[in-house]
Amino acid sequence: MSEVNEKKEKKGLFARLKEGMSKTRESITHAIDTLAGVYKELDDDFYDELEMILISADVGVATTEKIIDKLKEEVRARREGNPENVKGILKEIVADMMQAEPFNPQSPTVVLVVGVNGVGKTTTIGKLGCYYKEQGKNVILAAADTFRAAATEQLTIWAQRAGVPIVAHGEGADPAAVVFDAVASAKAKKADLLIIDTAGRLHNKTHLMEELKKIRRVIDRDFPEATVRVFMVLDGTTGQNGVSQARVFRDAVDVDGIILTKLDGTAKGGVVISIQEELKLPVYFIGVGEQKEDLQVFDPKDYAEAIF
Amino acid sequence: MAFEGLTDKLQAAFSKLSGRGKLTEKDVKEAMREVRMALLEADVNFLVVKDFIKKVTDRAVGEQVFDTLNAGQTVVKIVREEMTAMMGGTHSRIEFTGNPPTVIMLIGLQGAGKTTLAGKLAGMLLKQGKKPMLVAADVYRPAAIKQLQIVGSQVNVPVFEMGQDKPVSIVRAAKKEAIRTLHDVMIVDTAGRLQIDDTLMTELEDIKAELNPQEILLVVDAMTGQEAVNVAKTFDERLNLTGVVLSKLDGDTRGGAALSIRAVTGKPIKFASIGEKLDQIEPFHPDRMASRILGMGDVLTLIDKAVEAVDEKKAVELEQKLRKNQFTLEDFLEQFQQVRKMGGMADMLSMLPGGNKIASEVDEDEVNKSMGKTEAIIRSMTPKERRNPGILNASRKRRIAAGSGTTVQQVNQLLKQFEQSQQMMKQFTKMGKGGKFGRKFPFKF
Repeated sequence: MSEVNEKKEKKGLFARLKEGMSKTRESITHAIDTLAGVYKELDDDFYDELEMILISADVGVATTEKIIDKLKEEVRARREGNPENVKGILKEIVADMMQAEPFNPQSPTVVLVVGVNGVGKTTTIGKLGCYYKEQGKNVILAAADTFRAAATEQLTIWAQRAGVPIVAHGEGADPAAVVFDAVASAKAKKADLLIIDTAGRLHNKTHLMEELKKIRRVIDRDFPEATVRVFMVLDGTTGQNGVSQARVFRDAVDVDGIILTKLDGTAKGGVVISIQEELKLPVYFIGVGEQKEDLQVFDPKDYAEAIF
Repeated sequence: MAFEGLTDKLQAAFSKLSGRGKLTEKDVKEAMREVRMALLEADVNFLVVKDFIKKVTDRAVGEQVFDTLNAGQTVVKIVREEMTAMMGGTHSRIEFTGNPPTVIMLIGLQGAGKTTLAGKLAGMLLKQGKKPMLVAADVYRPAAIKQLQIVGSQVNVPVFEMGQDKPVSIVRAAKKEAIRTLHDVMIVDTAGRLQIDDTLMTELEDIKAELNPQEILLVVDAMTGQEAVNVAKTFDERLNLTGVVLSKLDGDTRGGAALSIRAVTGKPIKFASIGEKLDQIEPFHPDRMASRILGMGDVLTLIDKAVEAVDEKKAVELEQKLRKNQFTLEDFLEQFQQVRKMGGMADMLSMLPGGNKIASEVDEDEVNKSMGKTEAIIRSMTPKERRNPGILNASRKRRIAAGSGTTVQQVNQLLKQFEQSQQMMKQFTKMGKGGKFGRKFPFKF
């Protein structure tokens, strides 16, 4: 079934990012370019319009206001009077806000992947598996989504694609038990990286968040020598709800960062700027398609560049 | 609970309007600024917000204040009406064909929740006496067919599948099978796709041409941001949707998608999917949803009740009396009865925006008791006494106390209260605002 996806040819990393983000870039850049052409000076209307453009990118009202304030400040400080040059400053501000330490997993590392339903956790894990396998790492996947029908099957197919082993129990099993076994397996095989899939859960379901805490406890207790990183997968089409998702998952399992998916459409995923701003959770990867190579390391400059 | 965030913010905006007699354009604009922020933060599309704010402001500024309520509430009423209209007014049902099978096609982005929804819809239709069949046309996502089979078995609905065959061939064969096995509804689960993926969008058009479906429902994640309208618009342009289903409405979503999609596409939201269990699907009622969003679901009911309880003619009479300073204990009694008719104090309070909290603090029994006593006292008076309390001497008061089961002190207390409200009304009349307060129950209990 993967043949269906092979029709697209392989491309360089930056080209893929650019291509994946092109729709985003086109729409926003076009809007801003038009704006710069229309406005001869930086008046309130100019900034109002700019605000609307950011809001339509899901950046969120509060963060948008912050960005605009910063922009005004910069414009004043640099004595900038030309709307055309504002774009560059805006780019700098956004790239600056999204700056973060890159994720370089030391062996052994456990990556726990969490998120609400349907954001693309399983697909992302498949892609992560491929990515690190290609880098020569010894990777194991764990199917701890024992709730959604056929989730284990889906991850098993991805494990085959990546050529990595998978630990799975099947539907209805105790996720913590899967993780327990996966940790034992990772230890025995001296794996560099254990990536754990979890069931999608709406972050307002307390008992499911408790289950996640239990998984985290099992890892911390049985695999103390491993570095644990928790990534929350966020659908790029998500609006301001993304902030509360990140907040609740952070409070429950100490999320380290975000993987932003589905950026190959026209979605802008601007809510990650709010998440970074409010919760200090950086973006580590972005997903730009369903093929195994459609996962990119997040680069703030590229992101800002690609957006504006 | 869904919409909570939006509800809180809107109520904060409205609280500044309530209690105002006359609203200026500036008051309304200020409140609308806050409404705008609340809607934007709830992911309502910014163009829809712009349009909505303009409509409400225009109506609010132009419209005369509704007689029985204060102006702030009128604005809230306008917001509610416009919000209901924005979501499509009335509930919209599934169209069934007289020539079965009725074909329902589910489409949407990846991860919107199509497969789960297919199961829920099948289960619901089965309960309604239909004989549905599920069709697995998602040939791309690994294990999608397996997922549909599991979901199907959970709701006892058969699943038609042909592995990774071409979707058009699958649905063609499925329709034949449905006719042969006398299934009257066929729910097609298609693969998730991006609205800009031309190849896959063409595939949907091909499926549509093959099946000629009665319903093409777009499944949209309720947490979707500004993108929701782009997605809906493109899917609608290419496939001419018959409706939309909102999924994952049980998150703490603020439901911006719910508010935007109908406004942009003109297509109704037909169902809301609200949980992970397969029976958690409900018909979408725009009016109820608007109430929920505004956290004031029963203000309209309250308005209805007010209209019912307040006799227009009597209200005019009362106003006249007040102007001439002829407000009597009889009128006082009348007002008590109106409150009663409207369901009592706590009930009324709970129907007001934010009134729930106050209502929970009101001791309903205590209030009713006190109101009952007041009523009894007035009823123990002769008509002459009611019209002219000045004639009440000690002997009359003793008789009234005995008749109403109260004490002379309580009778005096009531008379004092009455006198105070008379004073209050005199002042109002002097201020030239006498016209409205006949309906305001200016009494303490």
